[in-house]
Amino acid sequence: MNSVFVCVLLRDLKLASRRRIDALLPLAFFLVALSLFPLGVGPEPQTLRQIAPGIVWVCALLASMLSVGSLFAGDLADGSLEQMLLAPSSAIAVASAKCAAHWLLTGLPLIVATPLAGLAFNMSGPAVAALLFSLVLGTPILSLLGGLGAALTLGLRSGGMLLILIVLPLATPALIFGAGAVVTVEAGMSASGHFSLLGALLIVTTLGAPLATAAALRISTE
Amino acid sequence: MSAICVLQATGLAGERGERRLFEGLELALTRGSVTWLRGRNGRGKTTLLRLLAGLSTPADGDIRIQDQTLREAGPEGRRQCVYIGHQNALKDDLTTIESLAFLARLHGLPHDAAALKQALQRLGVLQGQHAPVRTLSQGQRRRVALARLVLSGAAPLWLLDEPFDALDSDGIEALNGIITDHAAAGGCVLLTSHQSLSLTQPTPRVLDLEPFAPRAAATAQSAAPSHAALR
Repeated sequence: MNSVFVCVLLRDLKLASRRRIDALLPLAFFLVALSLFPLGVGPEPQTLRQIAPGIVWVCALLASMLSVGSLFAGDLADGSLEQMLLAPSSAIAVASAKCAAHWLLTGLPLIVATPLAGLAFNMSGPAVAALLFSLVLGTPILSLLGGLGAALTLGLRSGGMLLILIVLPLATPALIFGAGAVVTVEAGMSASGHFSLLGALLIVTTLGAPLATAAALRISTE
Repeated sequence: MSAICVLQATGLAGERGERRLFEGLELALTRGSVTWLRGRNGRGKTTLLRLLAGLSTPADGDIRIQDQTLREAGPEGRRQCVYIGHQNALKDDLTTIESLAFLARLHGLPHDAAALKQALQRLGVLQGQHAPVRTLSQGQRRRVALARLVLSGAAPLWLLDEPFDALDSDGIEALNGIITDHAAAGGCVLLTSHQSLSLTQPTPRVLDLEPFAPRAAATAQSAAPSHAALR
């Protein structure tokens, strides 16, 4: 990949390493939100196991959306975004690098923490494996769509809420197939159909979202 | 023509929001020249610089860099031009040298340690090279942002928005030296400044935006004679 992509990605990782507490917040949100459900729904193991895939997916979705809001805001405020768009490379590289950094900092820790959630909700081994795989395919979609939403709402006053309203409908297919895959595995069937669809969604989003994000960034800095 | 003229704009009009700030602007920046862009607040100085940098599209007219339109020139065209806005594009959590290294890498400039140190040295901020940007004063931040110019000698066109802002007399002198060297090497500089320039070599040409104000605004101005009388 080109040097602007690498350069922006490494810088974002370095910035996150300087602010470790901030970087851990989405993960903390994910775990706290997950732990609320047994308290609210009741400690019935059968019920919890049934609703676990959906809950984990919804919490991952919300954790991604809450953290993606500030993806471009800091760079817009201090003029870095302007300089990134002036670099002798396409804005698509910048958009992809920012989304990749977001996934590494948010999506990946969520995936790592998911077995813990499986344990807490009393899920079976194969179900946890299916959940993990669905999140591996699904969280990059959330980061890419979140990046698009963040670019579209950049500079707006109530951007955070609007971002969630824009992205949630776009993210529902990923949610349906991701959580559906686990339910299918728990019912003893193969989830390969669900995974294929998630994979297709990932490919389409990877090809389309950075283009749209780059265009949105250009408009919001104009 | 292309040998002397780095940037040429014809019939250029700029808008901010719905309001037209200037129109019919003719501009030619030649090699070895420094142009001081003047105009009252809100007259469109920053808007013009951003248009020329390719950050926004003109309402009318066209811009040619080295005889190519900005669109034709593409990424190569962006390599020809350095734009430093009034924001410094530095990250509070990075150190001075990391910030400069990022900007240099981003724009494909030399970014080895020696070149970076030399650039910071020239602006007198080498001492704080490992200090986080958060701890720097406004003037020091400006100096770090301007240190990129030392690395950008290969780009002929420099567009600087209030580069002297927050600089002390040492800083102004250092920047004057850098601009003089750039012009002597055949580059050209377009800058805005609210304070008068102390640059002597080369003598800056003045480009005033007032005559290019749209007619409606110009008549509104002449209808308010109290303003003129005050001056």
